Amino acid sequence: MTTYAAPGTDGSVVSYESRYDHYIGGEYVPPAKGQYFENPTPITGQTFTEIARGTADDVEKALDAAHGAAPGWGKTAPAERADVLNKIADRMEENLEKLAVAECYENGKAVRETLAADIPLAIDHFRYFAGAIRAQEGSLSEVDDNTIAYHFHEPLGVVGQIIPWNFPILMATWKLAPALAAGNAVVLKPAEQTPASIHLLMSLIGDLIPPGVINVVNGFGVEAGKPLASNKRVRKVAFTGETTTGRLIMQYASENLIPVTLELGGKSPNIFFADVADQQDAFYDKALEGFTMFALNQGEVCTCPSRALIQSTIYDRFMDDVTARTQAIKQGNPLDTETTMGAQASNDQLEKILSYLDIGKQEGAKIRTGGERADLGGDLSGGYYVQPTIFEGDNKMRIFQEEIFGPVVSVTRFEDYADAMKIANDTLYGLGAGVWSRNGTTAYRAGREIQAGRVWVNNYHAYPAHAAFGGYKQSGIGRENHKMMLDHYQQTKNLLVSYSDDPLGFF
Amino acid sequence: MADRVGLTPEAADLLRRLRDQHGPLMFHQSGGCCDGSAPMCYPDGEFRTGGSDVRLGELDVDGQPVPFWMSESQYEYWKHTHLTVDVVPGRGSGFSLEAPEGVRFLIRSRLLTDAELTELGEL
Repeated sequence: MTTYAAPGTDGSVVSYESRYDHYIGGEYVPPAKGQYFENPTPITGQTFTEIARGTADDVEKALDAAHGAAPGWGKTAPAERADVLNKIADRMEENLEKLAVAECYENGKAVRETLAADIPLAIDHFRYFAGAIRAQEGSLSEVDDNTIAYHFHEPLGVVGQIIPWNFPILMATWKLAPALAAGNAVVLKPAEQTPASIHLLMSLIGDLIPPGVINVVNGFGVEAGKPLASNKRVRKVAFTGETTTGRLIMQYASENLIPVTLELGGKSPNIFFADVADQQDAFYDKALEGFTMFALNQGEVCTCPSRALIQSTIYDRFMDDVTARTQAIKQGNPLDTETTMGAQASNDQLEKILSYLDIGKQEGAKIRTGGERADLGGDLSGGYYVQPTIFEGDNKMRIFQEEIFGPVVSVTRFEDYADAMKIANDTLYGLGAGVWSRNGTTAYRAGREIQAGRVWVNNYHAYPAHAAFGGYKQSGIGRENHKMMLDHYQQTKNLLVSYSDDPLGFF
Repeated sequence: MADRVGLTPEAADLLRRLRDQHGPLMFHQSGGCCDGSAPMCYPDGEFRTGGSDVRLGELDVDGQPVPFWMSESQYEYWKHTHLTVDVVPGRGSGFSLEAPEGVRFLIRSRLLTDAELTELGEL
């Protein structure tokens, strides 16, 4: 058991600077308008650093740097780019504890998760794309004996990336690693709720990357995100967030005729067939943990298993067991490695979750456990904490249809397989789903029938590189976390070559 | 007269300030993750609505309307509830106009009564 000292205090493994400018062309550049905004930790609500408040002028400066760097970077050998990615991974591994504590402090999530998941996954992600780009091959088509079509992968050039606040370093990595591997230069805008941890990362890895290949512009969406997303000088925009902003980004992209990749969330069903309770064994225990995964990262995950569907014949017993498991969640100082659930990322996020607890009650959903804001006392009273909450209700209720993005699961029962599929697919979204069964056929059929891009079978919330991640329906466009993401950062050059010396005879 | 969407005095004050800076305004209700389920405020016309959207109503700010939109598919799941646009301290993301002010629009909901549902009908 360890409780890490808060960054910047005595005995801490890491410190933030008191202020961060934009990172442009390999150096720190003050914002053109000279303005900064405060960055609080959700753990206590106290400000710990201030951040450049970027505007269109700063975005243009970052794009200048990126356009300066892109041609050279795009022509480096894949082995050279892979080497840079591997070195980034090594440097992150050497500083894993620092990064994990820093991200915990900025986002509010439990440090046990950043130590065991966020940062190790980010490290592996860079290594995966280092390998993927080395292994990528173009293709050729022998059209006829004299005519050969060669297909080359070429980078897009300069791309814009807008990062969410729920996994500040991992989500940045999901976008940076394939973009850099493919040979692009990047202008990246972190979320305004979590703008600092990416700068801490850049302070560790900046010397490994040619200046201008990664540029970080901070600021608010309307002031810095929009000038980036609507810019004529980006060849692609990648965004993780929600549907209205996703549509707006597509609208801007349509004006510039550029592609987008979007990851826009979900309302993921986690389905427990009766046979999971056939035995009281390790698998049953795993299923109970699988249900409780709704509390991972305080529920602030696009694939949060926020709808649990439980077969009627085991409903009462299963609910007793998962309620006990949920009540065993340990809330406390996120910097304590014993804490299993931390703080919500911001005050408005807290308020939104509370508004959903309110409408859930009004709609007649029954609270099995939780249902209130949590006051953890002392300094933590200023932080943003919610009790892990289980609602029981009906899939038509709004708490079953909207991503609350908090530690709240809405549970309903189903009678048979057909009923389970009907409820599971009765949603606007299709990002993730979970299927739990000891019967391989049931699990396979359900996995194929659910309209979602990622179906976890007998597990949940695993995000290994090499497993494609992305949405069906209104959950977005594109597949991250897999070599197929390289395609989203490349364009195909076809060289159509004639090896015949003879004229066609047309003219 | 019944309506589907209203606003608090604090939200009205904020809309006045934003209108002074940006001109006529609109809302589009978001769904999905991160800052989803939040109402997004834009200069009117910035977000292009289309056949997949419904207009829930207009917020009256000193006689000047602020239209409130939502995607039709989302409305299917929301149509039994009344929405009130409120504002809380915070740091919203997305491109909503109020974020730099250190505040965030927030939706508070209640069930529409049977009388209201009868009066309003469906969109």
